[in-house]
Amino acid sequence: MRERHSTRHRRRTREFEAFVAGAGGRLLHAATLLTAEPVDANPRARRLLTSALAETYARWHRLRGEDPYDRTRQELAARFARAAWRHHRPAVPGLPRPAAETGLLARLTPQERLILVLRLYEGVAEEQTAATVGLPVDRVRAICTRAVTAMRSTPPAPPAPAAPAPEVAT
Amino acid sequence: MSTPDRKTAEVRHLLESGAHPVVPAELAYRAAELGLRMLHRRRIVRRLMWLLLAAAVIVFVVWAATVQPWVAPPSTVTPPVDGL
Repeated sequence: MRERHSTRHRRRTREFEAFVAGAGGRLLHAATLLTAEPVDANPRARRLLTSALAETYARWHRLRGEDPYDRTRQELAARFARAAWRHHRPAVPGLPRPAAETGLLARLTPQERLILVLRLYEGVAEEQTAATVGLPVDRVRAICTRAVTAMRSTPPAPPAPAAPAPEVAT
Repeated sequence: MSTPDRKTAEVRHLLESGAHPVVPAELAYRAAELGLRMLHRRRIVRRLMWLLLAAAVIVFVVWAATVQPWVAPPSTVTPPVDGL
């Protein structure tokens, strides 16, 4: 019994490690986009991804044909949404952003980031995004459009935010 | 004037391009460790719940067997029929 248990455990760990080796890079990039941290200093994104992956590991044998990547992405989105809700910091224009948020999507709100990453970076369907975020489909579409407009209105300057959105800082 | 599709494609390209974060070597190991801890914790919680349920059933059965609430108590209102 214990023998069987440990074989199963070892197989699960092996499969899981292969999965992380393949999908880790893309998932970590998505997590870093969500937390809007710089690419080389992303402790929040790492923590987020580690806990989402841990959940996938814990469910490994109960996935029943479900794609572990989808499962992890779902978990990542849910955990990010919960964390963003907990430390709800309204992004007041004019006030400086938290120091860690200097990444590519720093000018967006957490909700906009989540929807943008799910829809455009991950290519998740509108209906599924709406279900993940817990909003109606037309709201998701509107927020996505708004986020795209916001991303295009200010030229991206991720490495050195020398000119932090002059038209916003009134 | 660019169409919404063009804009979306541009932003998608923006998200895809740029430097990618380096995946820490111990990511899988740490996640597996954390996942294992989650499994253990859940197993303990599940066991505790079953134990609690079993205890509740036993308490209920013992109580029901001793009190027997389905037996109507003997009537104390009607006077005994005697002396007729």
